[in-house]
Amino acid sequence: MFTLKNAAVIGVVFALGACGEQGASENASAESEAAAPKPVAEGPNLGVAVSHEDIAAWDIAIGPDGTNLPPGGASAAEAKDLYIEQCASCHGMDGEGGVADRLVGGIGSLASDMPVKTVGSYWPYATTLFDFIRRAMPLNAPQSLTDDQVYGLSAYILFMNGLVAEDQRMDAESLPAVEMPNQAAFFQVYPGNLE
Amino acid sequence: MSKQRDLNTLPAQDLEPVAVGGLLHRRIFLQGGGLAAAAFAAPGLAPGIARAESLDVPAWTKNPEGYFTGYGAPSRFEADVQRGPIGDQNPLYASGPGGIRAPIHALEGMITPNGLHFEITHNGIPDIDPDAHRLVIHGLVDRPLSFSLDALSRYPMTSRISFVECAGNSGALVRPTAVPGNAQTLHGLVSCAEWTGVSLAVLLAEAGVDPKAKWLLAEAADPSSVSRSIPIEKAMDDVMIALYQNGERIRPSNGYPMRLLVPGYQGNMNVKWLRQLKLTEAPMQTRYETSRYSLLLDGGRVAQYKFQLDAKSVIVRPSPGMGMRGPGLYEISGIAWSGAGKVRKVEVSADGGQSWAEAALSEPVLSKALTRFRMPWRWDGGPAVLQSRVTDESGYEQPTREKLIAERGQKNFYHCNCITSWAVDAEGGVAHVYA
Repeated sequence: MFTLKNAAVIGVVFALGACGEQGASENASAESEAAAPKPVAEGPNLGVAVSHEDIAAWDIAIGPDGTNLPPGGASAAEAKDLYIEQCASCHGMDGEGGVADRLVGGIGSLASDMPVKTVGSYWPYATTLFDFIRRAMPLNAPQSLTDDQVYGLSAYILFMNGLVAEDQRMDAESLPAVEMPNQAAFFQVYPGNLE
Repeated sequence: MSKQRDLNTLPAQDLEPVAVGGLLHRRIFLQGGGLAAAAFAAPGLAPGIARAESLDVPAWTKNPEGYFTGYGAPSRFEADVQRGPIGDQNPLYASGPGGIRAPIHALEGMITPNGLHFEITHNGIPDIDPDAHRLVIHGLVDRPLSFSLDALSRYPMTSRISFVECAGNSGALVRPTAVPGNAQTLHGLVSCAEWTGVSLAVLLAEAGVDPKAKWLLAEAADPSSVSRSIPIEKAMDDVMIALYQNGERIRPSNGYPMRLLVPGYQGNMNVKWLRQLKLTEAPMQTRYETSRYSLLLDGGRVAQYKFQLDAKSVIVRPSPGMGMRGPGLYEISGIAWSGAGKVRKVEVSADGGQSWAEAALSEPVLSKALTRFRMPWRWDGGPAVLQSRVTDESGYEQPTREKLIAERGQKNFYHCNCITSWAVDAEGGVAHVYA
């Protein structure tokens, strides 16, 4: 059932069939203390409850603080062969780029007239590397790598950029702790607009 | 009784130029078709004086051979109205990442036909079985929920006409020299459709939003699992789970069976093939909101989470490849839009921005939708530089290229909304220039 608890969170309820935003019902006064931007139509409540277990395979987004990183880990040294096998044909043997993005180098170049944007020079968070590789790489077989392999490839790309040691294991603790050189350059425009 | 009048009866001021270069007052559009027709005739001649060729009864009048089809297609004579791929790496019929631009120079009105809507994909177009597809809302909610398409189809629907624009549209204009493009290749990553679906606020109410939730992560079911963080205020405001585009189910290339519509924000945020929304306390710093769709400014600073697409306009006729055929009266036609709301006015210049005249806006003028503008122009056959400049209802005015570059530098091509210049030469050819 749609409850007044919901309404307090979202806003004012009005009956299905009411016309547009002019249809605020008598519930409006009961919920007037809620700072509701807009009335919300009532739906038929057909959502089916899902558990965390149900959606585990989909719930793969990693927060910049490492939230949701899975168990496991690997070092750059362990992943070198995997990089050559799975990544080098598009990103270059040394991450220099090819048909796909350059991954390595350019650190300190962004303020110059010839900025080189790479994972090392531009990306603000190392966690994004794990998140993106796991969900989208390799291009011809996304979501085919194991978590250990994704940790290893993240480590290898960071190693090629001189940001971690070759034998440094990347895992749920160490990956979010990697200091990305360009992080401080990022600033959030929203809710402003950069006009 | 005909209301048509010839030029001899027009009030003199109606055909007086309102800006240098032969721009006429938009008033001529407001006084009925006859007056406009008269104004568009050759100077000094009454309407209809040009002599038609002798007319035979054509074959298509004599041969009743046409037939019904289950799903219509354009005339075979319109076969050159096509979307065009971006660059050499993304040819037609290739899979993988790529994009394709709408032929905005060949379209009229405000609606983009579904088969011509621009597309960007980050790893191909998934072939989604609508019965097996699910939309999950989870994270900071009271009740994580899963919705089938069948279930969503029973919810109250809303419709709105909204543009979608790639944040990289028009990005070539930051280059040091003007690339020899046309309206489609320079500005074709924008389209406008009527979208129909379920207000996201309704589904969020059903799931119960935890007050700690300030953002939500929208994720696609494509092979790139594109994900973008969206502020909860926007989600509550006007975001829609769109199921229909211009009256029919959204096509696979535009997100079948459901996509997010985030009016006025970066196109990439209108996540196609939407499969989950995870409510979070903070933005998730995904690849498509860090490495991509962020703005590298002079000095090395990076502007991130600039969502709103600011006001832009472009003349599509005339434009490169759509030139003039001799001196006389023409209608300049173009499109304007703003992620901040409605278009308030569009001005047109024929002298490279020295003087401006206000164009007529075709109704309806809708918030965050393409708006068609029109301007009568008597071309004298000499060189001209055509520009358009939009002001939206917030009072924001489309910047010159110089102003935009002065503010943001040239290391970033996203959110490029500066004024475009089309140079008209004495032969009637039109070319992209910097003026």
